[in-house]
Amino acid sequence: MRSEPVVQVRDLVKRYGTKTAVDGLDLVARPGVTAVLGPNGAGKTTTIETCEGYRRPDSGSVRVLGLDPVRQSAELRPRVGVMLQSGGVYSGARADEMLRHVAKLHAHPLDVDALIERLGLGGCGRTSYRRLSGGQQQRLALAMAVVGRPELVFLDEPTAGLDPQARRATWDLVRDLRADGVSAILTTHYMEEAEQLADDVAIVDAGRVIAQGSPEELCKGGAENTLRFTGRPGLDVGSLLKALPADSTAAELTPGSYRVMGKVNPQLLATVTSWCAQHGVMPDRISVERHTLEDVFLELTGKELRS
Amino acid sequence: MTTATGTYSPRPGAAPLPRMIAAQAALETRMLLRNGEQLLLTVVIPTLLLVLFSSVDIVDTGSGRSVDFLAPGVLALAVMSTAFTGQAIATGFERRYGVLKRLAASPLPRWGLMTAKTASVLVTEVLQVILLTAIAFALGWSPHGNPFAVLLLLVVGTAAFSGLGLLMAGTLKAEATLAAANLVFLLLLVGGGVIVPLDRFGGAEHALALLPVSALSDGLRDVLQHGSGMPWADLGILAVWAAVALGAAGRFFRWE
Repeated sequence: MRSEPVVQVRDLVKRYGTKTAVDGLDLVARPGVTAVLGPNGAGKTTTIETCEGYRRPDSGSVRVLGLDPVRQSAELRPRVGVMLQSGGVYSGARADEMLRHVAKLHAHPLDVDALIERLGLGGCGRTSYRRLSGGQQQRLALAMAVVGRPELVFLDEPTAGLDPQARRATWDLVRDLRADGVSAILTTHYMEEAEQLADDVAIVDAGRVIAQGSPEELCKGGAENTLRFTGRPGLDVGSLLKALPADSTAAELTPGSYRVMGKVNPQLLATVTSWCAQHGVMPDRISVERHTLEDVFLELTGKELRS
Repeated sequence: MTTATGTYSPRPGAAPLPRMIAAQAALETRMLLRNGEQLLLTVVIPTLLLVLFSSVDIVDTGSGRSVDFLAPGVLALAVMSTAFTGQAIATGFERRYGVLKRLAASPLPRWGLMTAKTASVLVTEVLQVILLTAIAFALGWSPHGNPFAVLLLLVVGTAAFSGLGLLMAGTLKAEATLAAANLVFLLLLVGGGVIVPLDRFGGAEHALALLPVSALSDGLRDVLQHGSGMPWADLGILAVWAAVALGAAGRFFRWE
């Protein structure tokens, strides 16, 4: 039961005119939180919207909770919550009015007042949607996605443009949903968000999944790590380098601030500290930097700007 | 997954269809009645026209009292303002702002949404008819004819205008819909036999008579002013408009 995927995308292709937005994408999302990361134009939203039943695949197959999102839409829709990237609310509707309305379309909705309180939407009062702040609009869209007590929610950039408080509130809600057995597929540009929330991360580029795994797995993979320390300026870096394993590098970045890159492990740390002892150097600050998801992401997708 | 029973534990399910449709219709009606521009179109303009042209002799409405000529025309205008102009503009912006898209992901089926929209249009029209009839009576209106024929004309007219409104909203950009729906409203108001009798337009009269608002106002006038039976020709024109427009809207409507 636990291992049954909530989303299964196989060899999905979706074109708009001559542009191929999704190009043979494979994605299996297990229960829990799956983050889909990728540069702009990578095909994240197209993939999500195909799962939501908005778009028909040009080829390949998509199953959500075991159902075809287009042909079995009526069966699927009540079980899935959708948060669009923007909009989705009558411009003249009040936040609570719209949320109550969406609740009425479901058989066993959440307590609307509690949800309004939880997401800090109580202060919206009689303000119509078009006059709400961007953050309030985002939180309302999130509330609308969860109010029907779905098994799975699709959140398309749920915290884009939110202030830190609202971002925390959103993260907390996603964690509580997960704890109560609701799965989530979320797209995001924020590495921290994926690291904080996701059980599983899929990195998408040019319409394909180019890496997938838990944040820890992705960060471990292949890439080098970094060790930094400070000491007196002008140490003999060449001598340090000789002491280090062959694939390492060492450099004095600014006077007195040194960086060692390579396979950072206890042996390397010991080598550096014993070299310091031999040379009468007290490394004031010594730190090992774990490879972040952002490093992995940039390594995989390149550093050029995307359109 | 697990058998946890937390606040958010999944318990999915669609509400019963009639409840969903009723909730949707109530929301759509509230949105419409809250919107100032919509009220201008659906309430203020028809009321002003009725009162102004009944009391001041600007347009020659033929023999008999002008209110007897104007009231059926203004009822036709009311139907057009709600089913066509208002619905086109509202739906166009709902499409633009992703409301239709978001609702398409809700348990409410698309036909349920359309049913709710129709119900909301009908509720608004009932309110308009009550208001305009009361005003017309106050102005000395004395209607004739078979209420059933009037009702049938209003319903088929609503279907025709809804089809046209949805066709426009579902194919054009929201701004284009806003402009076009208002322009068409104005043109049909003048050239559709609502306040100006069609025989004032000389040779164009027969072509103008084929417009849906002309057919509706002429049919209503036949019954309410002249007490004739079912105006089959006008009803037929409206039915053709309804079939073509609803068919085209069903075929070409784009949800985003």
